[in-house]
Amino acid sequence: MDLAYLWFGIVGVMFIGYFVLDGFDFGVGMALPFLAKDDTDRRVMINTIGPVWDLNETWLIVAGASLFAAFPYWYATLFDGFYLALLLILLALIARGVSFEYRRLGKSEKWKRWFDGMIVVGSTVPALLWGVAFANIIQGVAIDETGTYVGTLFDLLNPYGLLGGLTTLLLFFTHGVQFTALKTDGELRERAQALAVRSGLLTIVVAAAFLVWTIIQHWTVPHIAVLVGFAAAAAVALIGSWVANRLGREKPAFWLMTATIGLAVASILAALFPNVMPSTIDPAFSLTIENAASSAYTLEVMTWVAVVMTPLVLLYQGWTYWVFRRRITRDSIPVAAH
Amino acid sequence: MVEWLDPLLLARWQFGLTTLYHFLFVPLTIGMVILVAIFQTAWVRTAKLKYLHLTRLFGKIFLINFAMGVVTGIVQEFQFGMNWSDYSRFVGDVFGAPLAMEGLLAFFLEASMIGLWIFGWDKLPAKVHLAVIWLLALSTTLSAYFILAANAFMQNPVGFEINEELGRAELTDIGAVLTNPVALAQFPHTIFASIMFAAVVIVAVAAYHLSKGQYLDEMRTALRFGLIVNIVAFIGVALSGDQLGLVMVQTQPMKMAAAEALYQTTAGASFSIFTWGTPDGSSELFSIRIPYVLSFLSTHDFMGTVEGINDLQAQYQVEFGPGDYTPIIWVTYWSFRWMIGLGALAALVSAVGLWLTRGGRTPTRDWVWKVAIWSAPVPLVASLVGWIFTEMGRQPWIVFGLMLTEDGVSPGVTGLEVLISLIAFTLIYGALAVVEFKLIVRAAVDGPKDWSKYSENADSDDDGSAGVDPARLATVY
Repeated sequence: MDLAYLWFGIVGVMFIGYFVLDGFDFGVGMALPFLAKDDTDRRVMINTIGPVWDLNETWLIVAGASLFAAFPYWYATLFDGFYLALLLILLALIARGVSFEYRRLGKSEKWKRWFDGMIVVGSTVPALLWGVAFANIIQGVAIDETGTYVGTLFDLLNPYGLLGGLTTLLLFFTHGVQFTALKTDGELRERAQALAVRSGLLTIVVAAAFLVWTIIQHWTVPHIAVLVGFAAAAAVALIGSWVANRLGREKPAFWLMTATIGLAVASILAALFPNVMPSTIDPAFSLTIENAASSAYTLEVMTWVAVVMTPLVLLYQGWTYWVFRRRITRDSIPVAAH
Repeated sequence: MVEWLDPLLLARWQFGLTTLYHFLFVPLTIGMVILVAIFQTAWVRTAKLKYLHLTRLFGKIFLINFAMGVVTGIVQEFQFGMNWSDYSRFVGDVFGAPLAMEGLLAFFLEASMIGLWIFGWDKLPAKVHLAVIWLLALSTTLSAYFILAANAFMQNPVGFEINEELGRAELTDIGAVLTNPVALAQFPHTIFASIMFAAVVIVAVAAYHLSKGQYLDEMRTALRFGLIVNIVAFIGVALSGDQLGLVMVQTQPMKMAAAEALYQTTAGASFSIFTWGTPDGSSELFSIRIPYVLSFLSTHDFMGTVEGINDLQAQYQVEFGPGDYTPIIWVTYWSFRWMIGLGALAALVSAVGLWLTRGGRTPTRDWVWKVAIWSAPVPLVASLVGWIFTEMGRQPWIVFGLMLTEDGVSPGVTGLEVLISLIAFTLIYGALAVVEFKLIVRAAVDGPKDWSKYSENADSDDDGSAGVDPARLATVY
């Protein structure tokens, strides 16, 4: 069953990939009303993520499918249990996804405002709810002996869950603002730099509270040192990102925030280990890496697929980002749509 | 609990509706990307502007449609866990693997290439940009293969063994799962059907502009191309459909019996084109029949024996215990006929169209164009009823012979929750369908943007070949 532990790590890396990449997409979407002064600004911002948002969102699909293949019981309990929360995320992702493409196909002001609104809402809802969902996973939820979650959506909206949601919301928001600073120029870039400093401060306060609460909750687990180590590293990276913002260094700020999100997810996984969905009813009902995993053969097959495909996938994804490496300026936006 | 809040029934309706809705967009994505890639290849090779115009016009229609396919596709993956968690627990060890492979091998590539294709016109060399759309076509086709292999497991489970202790199916042979005979027949059937739909969309757009007497050069090319592709694809659909029928008789004989509403086991069975009978289908009042054809479809032997519903039902009761193992007969009977009939109709329209446009002729009668335009949805409807047949014919099983649909539903989701999601999906899907349809029609009616004014030597060149400044081709959201 050793491969099950490897796949715990692989699924974790995939969710890190998703939260890092689609996280700044959400951030750009949420920051539209804060940063854009006119329609051209909005189009500049949307074009910074235009070529890559679908690719970034695909990390969720692959993470979900990997969860299904490697940990079918985890996938089943999570998706059945968090039904309404996931429904809201799905509706938001649908609204956001079509808006990028359809926004430009209408010419009226009303049409554009409508899709702008869907982008903002469609970015905010998942940014909040992913945090709520993951905070509840590590805190534990009411799972009965059949592996079924017996609570409701409102049970997920507890103080710790909401703090987790606020944490991801702010992390993604600041990351998106930093991405905007990195990918645009002129006044928009300056506004983004300034906003990243302000929102970064709030992010530090909220994220620190969440990490401390998480550590306190898990103080008795045997590998607490690992959890504290990841959390401390996340905190250092987050503060470093803020300092870099203050110094006007966009690249280090963006990359340190990327590290923050990765390390924060790593500390969540450390808090979970070796459970994947702890039960608050009875620890014997908890889903663990071992009892939620697929058979050794399935994991072996999947490991081969992952070993062969991952370098290739990273290569062409990296190439995509390289092709679109240039900053988007207001001059690059034609006056008439087409 | 109120009966209409039955979580099983609502979950089935939701899965059926959202899957059919998703499949409104899938065929055009799969089919059109290949045809646009062909147009773009012609543009890169000949530098004739008409091919650029066709690439850009049908590329735009492709993209409007693609966005819907992407966002409705995520719902599909989530729904297995959300609404069918006991099914996911039971088959995840087997079923999850092709889905994860689809993600790693196909979806990542598809999502990278779509961004590069949309925004890469001015950033990539023309040949690299061309390679990008072919990779996009490859990844789309590949993803279809993996999802059909997953679906084939539900029709004809192979490559597994039951772990009694855990109460689940476990993968023992990934090769068997990926070469499931149902998948091998279903894959070309689905791909060719998708190409048919894309081809008739091209025909319809061309017919509209030709009837208005505009974009003649492009649209004549598009029309002939679409007509020929549609007929060739229909031949592929028919041959693979024949193969699929044979496999179905061997793996799910009940589905074939239900397709014909054949109650008694019969040698030399006839195929009915139309039946009017009592509502339960057990006795018929009137029918039009072609002798021996059902036997031939099922066994490739005119005198072959086709097992009837009654015998199969009795046999399954012995094998699986008491219960009703018969699908809803009127649904399978009529969906099977509509699938075949509409597919053939689409091919017939194209064949007539080819005849009317032979040797450079252009039809002058208005109704000819109207038929071409209004027959566009025909192959799509054929695909949709084909899926209704495939999935309803599998009932009452969720995995044939292994798990009943009623045992797969999520235990933790209430009827009210499913009702909420069903209403939410219906509303947002309904609204988006209207928007999407309008956008596609508008793009089609607007026709191709004229790039000749941006080309370097359009005036001097009488064969219509020209270079276009790539910066002009840039896409900006």
